[in-house]
Amino acid sequence: MAEAHTSAEYIKHHLQNLTYGRLPDGTWGFAHTAEQAQSMGFWAINVDTLGVSIVLGLVFLYFFRKAAVGATAGVPGGLQNFVEWIVEFVDSSVKGSFTARNALVAPLALTIFIWVFLMNLMDLVPIDWIPGLASALGVPYFKLVPTTDPNATFGLAIGVFILVLYYSFKMKGVGGFAAELALQPFGKWGMPANLLLEGVNLIAKPISLALRLFGNLYAGEMIFILIALMFSGGVALVLTGGVLQWAWAVFHVLIITLQAFIFMTLTIVYLDMAHQEHH
Amino acid sequence: MNINMTLIGQSVTFGIFVWFCMKFIWPHIVGALESRRKQIADGLAAADRGKHELELAARRASETLHDAKTKASEIIAQAEKRAAQLIDEAKNAAKEEGDRMIHAAKAEIEQETHRAREALRADVARLVVAGAERVLRREIDADAHAQLLETIRNEL
Repeated sequence: MAEAHTSAEYIKHHLQNLTYGRLPDGTWGFAHTAEQAQSMGFWAINVDTLGVSIVLGLVFLYFFRKAAVGATAGVPGGLQNFVEWIVEFVDSSVKGSFTARNALVAPLALTIFIWVFLMNLMDLVPIDWIPGLASALGVPYFKLVPTTDPNATFGLAIGVFILVLYYSFKMKGVGGFAAELALQPFGKWGMPANLLLEGVNLIAKPISLALRLFGNLYAGEMIFILIALMFSGGVALVLTGGVLQWAWAVFHVLIITLQAFIFMTLTIVYLDMAHQEHH
Repeated sequence: MNINMTLIGQSVTFGIFVWFCMKFIWPHIVGALESRRKQIADGLAAADRGKHELELAARRASETLHDAKTKASEIIAQAEKRAAQLIDEAKNAAKEEGDRMIHAAKAEIEQETHRAREALRADVARLVVAGAERVLRREIDADAHAQLLETIRNEL
C-alpha cells in the first residue's frame, strides 16, 4: 500500500475503521472515505471491530468450553492444562483482590483477560497483511485490532461500569450508595464538594479503564505504522525498520499482556469497591 | 474513530460472552480443579495412612519373627535332647542285644563243645574197644568184659 499513497494517506488509511451505515446519498453501505464514515454519525457500525472481536471471543469460548467439557479430575491434557493454568491464575487474582462473595466476578475477569488479550494480540499481525487482503477483496478499510477502536474499549468499560453501579445499588441500597457519594470525604457540610469528588471518582473508573487500554494499543499500533513507513525507503531504512519492528513487537508482547491484566485487575478492584460498605 | 453503535454492540457481545463463560465454562473447570485437589489430598492422606500401617506391620513382623526364633530354638533344644535320649536308648538296646547274642553264642559254643566231646568220647571208646577187641579177640570174650569196657568209656 505504501508506494501508492503519501505517508499521511497511508497512516489515515490504517486508522480508519470499516464502517457500515447510512451514506450521505441516503443509501446504506460501507463508508469509502473517512468523511463518509464521519457523516454516518452514531447509527453506524464498525464492522471490522465488531467482527474481529466477536470472532476472537468465540475462539476464546470455543477452546475454553472444549476444555471445560473435557475437564476431569484425572491427569489433564495439553489444552486442559493450559486452560486450568489460566483459570487458576485468574482465580487467585480474584481471590487476592475481591473480598466479597460473587460468582460473577471470576468468570467476568477471565472473559476480560482472555478476550482483551486476544484482541490486543491482533496488534502483532503485520499491519499491512489484513488491510492489504481487504483491499484486494475490494473492502476499503480494515482495522484488525479491536482495542485500537475506542468503541470497543468503551463498550467493555461501560459493561463493567454498569456492573459497578448495579452492585453498588444492590449491596449498599440506594440510600447507602447516595450517602457514599454525598457524605464523604468531608462530612455532610461538604456535600457539594463530596458529590463533585465522588462523582468524578465514579465517572473516572470507566473512562480510565477504556482510555488506558485504547491509548496503549493505539499508540502501539501507531508505532507499528510509523515503522512500516520506513519500508518504503532505501535498503538501510528497510533493514532498520525490520529490526525496529521486531524489537517493538517483542516489547509489545509485554504491553498487550499487561494491558489485558490491568483491565482485569481494575475490574476486580472496582467491583470489590462496589461491594464494600464504607463507614 | 467515531463513537457509534459499535459501542453498544461491543457491550452486548461482552455481556453475552461473560454470561456464557459464567454458565458453561467457569464452573466446570473450577469444579474439576476442586475435585482434583480433593483427590490429591485424599491420596496423600491414604499414603500417610499406608505408611503408618506399614510401620505397624513391620513392627508386627519383627515381633512374629522374634517369637518364631525363640520357638525354633526351643524346638531345636528339645529335639537335641530327644535325639540324645534316643541315641542313649539305642545304645543300651544294642548293648543288651549284643550281650544277649554273645551269651547265646557262648551257650551254643559250650553245647557244641559238649556235643563234640561226647562224640569224641564215644569214638575213642569205640576205637579203644575195637583195638582191644582186635588184641584180645582170640582170648577174651567181648561179652564177658563188656562191663569193664563200659567203665573205661565212662572214665575217658
